Amino acid sequence: MSATQIPADLLFQSSHEWARVEGDTATVGISDHAQSELTDVVYVELPQLGKTVDSGDPTAVVESVKAASDIYAPISGEVIEVNPAVEADPSLVNTDPYGAGWIFKLKVSKPDQLSGLLTPQAYGELIG
Amino acid sequence: MSETVLHSPLEAAHLALGAKLIPFGGWAMPVQYSSILTEHAAVREKAGVFDISHMGQVFVTGADHVASLDTLLTNNLSQLPPGQGQYTIMLNESGGVIDDLIAYRISETETLLVINASMIAEDVAWMDKHLAPGCNLRNESDAWAGLAIQGPDAAAIFAKLFPAESLPPRNGISKTASGEIVCRTGYTGEDGYEFFCPAAEGSAWFTKFIEAGATPCGLGARDTLRLEMCFPLNGNDLSPARSPIEAGLGFFCDLTKPHFIGRETLVSQKANGPEVKLTAIELTEKGPPPRPHYPVLSADGETLGELSSGVLSPTLGIGIAMAYLPAAFTKPATPLLIDIRGRQFKAVSVKKPFLKIPK
Repeated sequence: MSATQIPADLLFQSSHEWARVEGDTATVGISDHAQSELTDVVYVELPQLGKTVDSGDPTAVVESVKAASDIYAPISGEVIEVNPAVEADPSLVNTDPYGAGWIFKLKVSKPDQLSGLLTPQAYGELIG
Repeated sequence: MSETVLHSPLEAAHLALGAKLIPFGGWAMPVQYSSILTEHAAVREKAGVFDISHMGQVFVTGADHVASLDTLLTNNLSQLPPGQGQYTIMLNESGGVIDDLIAYRISETETLLVINASMIAEDVAWMDKHLAPGCNLRNESDAWAGLAIQGPDAAAIFAKLFPAESLPPRNGISKTASGEIVCRTGYTGEDGYEFFCPAAEGSAWFTKFIEAGATPCGLGARDTLRLEMCFPLNGNDLSPARSPIEAGLGFFCDLTKPHFIGRETLVSQKANGPEVKLTAIELTEKGPPPRPHYPVLSADGETLGELSSGVLSPTLGIGIAMAYLPAAFTKPATPLLIDIRGRQFKAVSVKKPFLKIPK
């Protein structure tokens, strides 16, 4: 197994989404470990702009050749941006899961939920 | 059903190559090694090697065994010369599919049946019950490892490993000097062969085929490759409730034979036209990959059935699927809708197969 990347500036949830929080905006994607397990992402279904989601709600769908996987909102908020690049080229989720492969951005409505997410170290232990 | 998971004699070799194993037909088998898309492309462009050790090998012998097998298989085995194989179907009394298989005539007195992994016990029990006295049946499924080498480079790889041997002709069967069985058949639409050797030698042969240039390929690529060709998968596209006429496999049913189990249903369906037909469907707009059980609707929104198989075709880059649909909706170019998580995507029925491979 090749080493899985877990950037130090992100928060994670056990269902393998990451969140990068800047001000009141959280950018969300799936972890390197998740993309490696899924392999070959061939379709990404993005959420509607303006949709309000609660932490844990299925918000997007990432599909590999073999399976469709729900992507759960790590925190509550409103969808303020989606990434058209992963719709056009779903393989970005595989090749750059923490960068160009981001999926949607939320305007965080309950900042206190952030403390419930996993630190990079805790996520590393979970998948280790 | 037994909860015991069976293991391929090649399992250690799969794990050493980083394969992900999944349950399939009661077995733990590799679904992929690196990437389904890469493995798929390897078979279409060069060559891939699949572990098919889960499949069953049953040898039927006896002076009159061919005539007896012809009473429980749809195709005409008696007309097939020794050295050749044919795709054929075993039916229940009402004409539904028990299993689809390839029957290879090894000699005048011996035939090899290669059957689906999940159906070995049921097929053997059915044959034990219905074969004529004087026929002998040997289930050697555990004794053999199986490899399918498929792709345009498959023949060159064989020549590399067996410089003194030649491959059997299309659909043919032969034995190498060292005793392995080679069948010029497959499940991908490409040239290639299925290779059976003693179970203990399977890993060594698997490694030899990889070293000779074949990419190890799993069940994921096997599914995308076979669906591009509209080859049915028993359990998805075939079932005891559906006949081969409904499945579009009439070509493999010889209704001129006076008798075989299930024949009456087939004769009547052929005469009256089947009420439903397994139909090839393409998505005509960008959408999620179609998958089994997604509802299929008419252009007017009437529910017609559900997908029996579906994938995003790696070769064509579009969603492809099959479904049993009422006869009125099976004509190519009939507009359809596929419901995916509550959203409807435009689709159309098309002529089989999805992919035309120049011979």
